[in-house]
Amino acid sequence: MSTATTPTAYNYKVVRQFAIMTVVWGIFGMALGVFIAAQLVWPQLSFDLPWLTFGRLRPLHTNSVIFAFGGCALFATSYYVVQRTSQARIVSDRLAAFTFWGWQAVIVSAIITLPLGLTSTKEYAELEWPIDILIAVVWISYALVFFGTIMKRKMKHIYVGNWFFGGFIVTVAVLHIVNSMAMPVSLFKSYSIYAGATDAMVQWWYGHNAVGFFLTAGFLGMMYYFVPKQAGRPIYSYRLSIVHFWALISIYIWAGPHHLHYTALPDWAQSLGMVMSLILLAPSWGGMINGMMTLSGAWHKLRTDPILRFLVVSLAFYGMSTFEGPMMAIKTVNALSHYTDWTIGHVHAGALGWVAMISIGSLYHMIPKLFGRERMHSIGMINVHFWLATVGTVLYIVSMWVNGITQGLMWRAVNVDGTLTYSFVEALEASHPGYVVRLIGGAFFLLGMFVMAWNVWQTVRQSKSTEAEAAAQMA
Amino acid sequence: MDINTVRGIATILVMLAFLGVVLWAYSSYKKKDFDEAAQLPFDDETEDEKAARVQKEEDARSNKK
Repeated sequence: MSTATTPTAYNYKVVRQFAIMTVVWGIFGMALGVFIAAQLVWPQLSFDLPWLTFGRLRPLHTNSVIFAFGGCALFATSYYVVQRTSQARIVSDRLAAFTFWGWQAVIVSAIITLPLGLTSTKEYAELEWPIDILIAVVWISYALVFFGTIMKRKMKHIYVGNWFFGGFIVTVAVLHIVNSMAMPVSLFKSYSIYAGATDAMVQWWYGHNAVGFFLTAGFLGMMYYFVPKQAGRPIYSYRLSIVHFWALISIYIWAGPHHLHYTALPDWAQSLGMVMSLILLAPSWGGMINGMMTLSGAWHKLRTDPILRFLVVSLAFYGMSTFEGPMMAIKTVNALSHYTDWTIGHVHAGALGWVAMISIGSLYHMIPKLFGRERMHSIGMINVHFWLATVGTVLYIVSMWVNGITQGLMWRAVNVDGTLTYSFVEALEASHPGYVVRLIGGAFFLLGMFVMAWNVWQTVRQSKSTEAEAAAQMA
Repeated sequence: MDINTVRGIATILVMLAFLGVVLWAYSSYKKKDFDEAAQLPFDDETEDEKAARVQKEEDARSNKK
């Protein structure tokens, strides 16, 4: 696949590369998720091999779905959206290519080091210091490419989607660099420069903003472009989107302490985290309503367009999980839900329902355009994928709600004499049916990704290089 | 100064900043700019594509009534 290098064409090569790898890493990361879900049903699946244990594969699962699948989706869509809404070719083809190969190198090093047990033990930041440095270099290059392209835009305004992408890129750079500060003792071992409760707070300031900026602001950038584009009408309220942007980014940054309720973290910090998490409901729902209302008066489009259905249902899951999140951040609710499967269910409502479904919808919109095809090879198969993904997500969430509440209640139950009513193993036994249902839900979602891979393959296969080249031309 | 006074002032400042953003976003002098910006995803269309999209919208609207 060649790409025209005339200055009147967009750089679609890097977008195509990231788009295809989104599907590949999606299947890889979700298959790992299904495998470790099966381990929780049948623990003997670790085969007594250290590199197949749950403790080593779970971080590889989270890293590959968040940073490999989600990351590639964000790179692909942000490069696509910034070029098309600025009507300018990417500022440097070489630097953009470096971000692609650099990011793939990060992913491959994660696949090698995490099963070997090389980890900094910080959740969602497990990779050891040499890889952290590579991430920082790639990320700064990403910022240069993105903002450089905005600077050479031909349009007067910067589209709101680009504001969200820009906020996500800048904040993730800050979060990653601050949280990864460490003293190396050898090539593959380092210790955090922070100690005790400070280390915990820095970690969850990072951890929650990985949710807020990587998994939310970036994907909202996607939403603000692909929902209007697929619906064929502008966003419901551009003014609301401005308020949405400033309110969301200024509140999210304070919500981290809700991960540390009832710990050694000072009480005032816990309360601050709880209150900020509650306030966060307002901007979150403002954004969700803005996306949904874009379809106001055109709801019939959902009947015929499964791509739009992906995008709108992702917003519904977004609304649901951003209601659930603030509720779980309330200290008394957290006393029941924390350390149970409810948390895992909440994360997957966001990760499968929101992040994956908005990315899938955006890819189905973008891939035919990148390869000069009118539409995806099979619209019917998009619909099949939609139902597999939706049913899979619902099974996953519901089983984890049931498990979480069961565990929370069994752990806190006490007899009249003050002893615990249930042993830990009894609660684990009660969770077993839920683990089976979760495995089935995850398998449904994974099956949908295979359907997508087939559809993408057929679409790309039929594309002629002249068609693809013509597609990259600026209008 | 008492720490609680500082906290009170901080709360008021944040509220004022929020009101400022809302007033700015909804002020009439920004209306034209924001209406233009809202069309940015569609500015890459050719004349034909734009006409087809607008036609589709109108058809859908008349069907509904």
